[in-house]
Amino acid sequence: MLGRTAGSQFWMSRYVERAENMARLLEVGYRISLMPGTIEGHRDDWRSTLLSSACAYGYDRKYKELTAENVINYLLFDLDNPSSIKTCLMTARNNGRSVRTAMTRDVWESINSTWNEFAQIKPETVSSARLPEFLEWIRQRCMAFRGALLGTMLRTDNYYFSQLGNFIERADSTARILDVKYYILLPRPSDVGSDLDVQQWGQILRSVSAHRSYRWFYRDSRYKPWLVSEFLILREEMPRSLRFSYQWINTALQGLSNLYGKSYECHTIAEQTLASLKQGDMDEIFRNGLHEFLQDFITANGKLSQSIATTYHFP
Amino acid sequence: MSRYFDEMNGKGEGLREPYARIQNWLKGLGPDQVHKALGDAEAIFRKQGITFAVYGSGEASERLIPFDIVPRVFAAQEWRRLSLGIEQRVRALNAFLHDIYHRQEIIRAGRIPREAIINNAAFVPEMMGLDPARGIYSHIIGIDIVRTGDNDFHVLEDNCRTPSGVSYMLEDREAMMYLFPQLFAQQRVAPVEHYPVMLRSTLESVAPPACKGEPVIVLLTPGIHNSAFFEHAFLADEMGVELCEGNDLFVSDGWLYMRTTQEPKKVDVVYRRIDDAYLDPLTFRPDSALGVPGIFDVYRAGRVTLVNAPGTGLADDKAIYSYIPDVVEFYTGERPLLKNVPTWRCAEADSLAYVLDHLAELVVKEVHGSGGYGMLVGPTSSKAEIEAFRAKLKANARNYIAQPTLALSTVPTFAAQGLAPRHVDLRPFVLSGDKIRITPGGLTRVALKEGSLVVNSSQGGGTKDTWVLED
Repeated sequence: MLGRTAGSQFWMSRYVERAENMARLLEVGYRISLMPGTIEGHRDDWRSTLLSSACAYGYDRKYKELTAENVINYLLFDLDNPSSIKTCLMTARNNGRSVRTAMTRDVWESINSTWNEFAQIKPETVSSARLPEFLEWIRQRCMAFRGALLGTMLRTDNYYFSQLGNFIERADSTARILDVKYYILLPRPSDVGSDLDVQQWGQILRSVSAHRSYRWFYRDSRYKPWLVSEFLILREEMPRSLRFSYQWINTALQGLSNLYGKSYECHTIAEQTLASLKQGDMDEIFRNGLHEFLQDFITANGKLSQSIATTYHFP
Repeated sequence: MSRYFDEMNGKGEGLREPYARIQNWLKGLGPDQVHKALGDAEAIFRKQGITFAVYGSGEASERLIPFDIVPRVFAAQEWRRLSLGIEQRVRALNAFLHDIYHRQEIIRAGRIPREAIINNAAFVPEMMGLDPARGIYSHIIGIDIVRTGDNDFHVLEDNCRTPSGVSYMLEDREAMMYLFPQLFAQQRVAPVEHYPVMLRSTLESVAPPACKGEPVIVLLTPGIHNSAFFEHAFLADEMGVELCEGNDLFVSDGWLYMRTTQEPKKVDVVYRRIDDAYLDPLTFRPDSALGVPGIFDVYRAGRVTLVNAPGTGLADDKAIYSYIPDVVEFYTGERPLLKNVPTWRCAEADSLAYVLDHLAELVVKEVHGSGGYGMLVGPTSSKAEIEAFRAKLKANARNYIAQPTLALSTVPTFAAQGLAPRHVDLRPFVLSGDKIRITPGGLTRVALKEGSLVVNSSQGGGTKDTWVLED
């Protein structure tokens, strides 16, 4: 298998995952913007969406003012933004197009028709009222892509590389959302336990489609920071948690080492991270600082991505 | 009597036999069904990404080639005759290339002027004396053939470099079988879907002498922005070979390798879909980022086979075209079975004078042009266009050839107002390796505009499924 093919599988899945996460973040941003802006000092909720999606820097370079319209456009349609949904879908599709031979017809047709339909949409037709419907459509299409992939791809190297891209992106996204909401949006200790606090944690869960499963899992309708963090970091039952992601990453890497008969540095990094998540303890994480923990995680996750690319000769 | 030969209805004398079942089927087809079928076909092509890129048209740069649902049909007998001519021509073209890059007997015999060869931009001196596997240069040739009457076929062009379009032939058949399965149940249509298998066999048969065991084959593409990228991916997939870009391949210690997720892997046969000039920056264009540095040396050393060989463009060059009947005779000792279109070489003074006097009736083409760009179609051009072209022609006469406008045959085609005759050509795909393999039929291109004779997809042409009936 060509190194470039492996790289394209990795990035195709990674960009579809990113598009899906971006759609979720936008949905949450939109929800907040509908709420009455009564809470003092927190009117600029779109900023938190920009921060969680790591797009604030690019946005500020392009726009002076923070307006809902600009943010939505920047995150949805702007090709200058390397993480906008449009860029993600286009990049995913181009990666897919260059390695069509390495995927099933179902997977290809899924990403191809998603992009074709998206490319036809004119930004001005997505009015504020239509936004939720549109975002849901994007989420559905991304999930259909993943469904096609899981349901039709042979479990060989092609598949493993796509899973690596998918879950490295997911882990990164979940960690970032948690870190931004917790560290940047809740700077004051007095806020802990306030209405604002509860609302913020609710948003975090919504950003990963987990507000209902949280209640079901913990049998509790009050969001507790300690539990929300545990849910998103340590619980293997939660499909967007860091631990869950690293289990898939390790399975995929294991699949590659079985297939190729060799293990590398990336295997060690991934195993170490998974081991620390398995033994992890929320008390200890909070004691040492959640922010520090998440920052370390994001760095290690990036290092793993790098190491995989070098090991398997991505271009 | 109609001016043009219609492949379904002749010149007005009534239904031709191969189309008997097609006519019945067309009679039973309501406008709604036609509309639905055309829509379904488009959806199939779009979903599978069967697109081609149009250069310089900005964002909407990926287009579908329109597909017409009325097939173009050859009787078994017609096809047998035609394929004899095709096979003869293809053998001669390869013999010609071998000769030109070796002893140049044909020049010594005075059948082609020396300057026509060595001053030709498509002549690649680096190929002199090089011996490709089995002595074959152009392994894949797409010969463009037009028909003007029941028994009149003419070769318009020999595509010996990297002919494209075979994927449309295959997908057109797929679409037809999906849309109208009953048509295929009623009569035996020669299958085409084994083309990729034939191509693979051909590629395997020309593995270089240094290759021991099963040859490793790759398809080398310029990448996703190339107009024929869909076809590259499609063929690689169908053949089960890796689709490579230039930077996936590298030369080390005199061998060609591809970069894989594991150890580098040795490559034996490269079916390259990039032009000669971009193949190897160390031998050809130094600014090429598409090719593989050093690949030509590996080729010279007999350690890899390039398909097609560099320098095959000479055999399909428009300035050489008019000599091909001589070429066929010279190498086969037979009379050419397929006719050329009469051609005036504007480089010759007499011819140029004639062409300038008859511009309004002629088609004038650039010697090195392709894709229907930069040509004059006299009968459909305005006075101003003709005069503008006259100036260009005078300024650089060597650069042009002229041909009469042919009365291209027509096949009924669905147009906005219903079924109407539209002009067609044919590109059969011919493979040369351990033997010659010809696909039954080929790609039929159709000029969708009323009266138009230009079938190129870049100029508003479409395609049709092409049938060869079996006895």
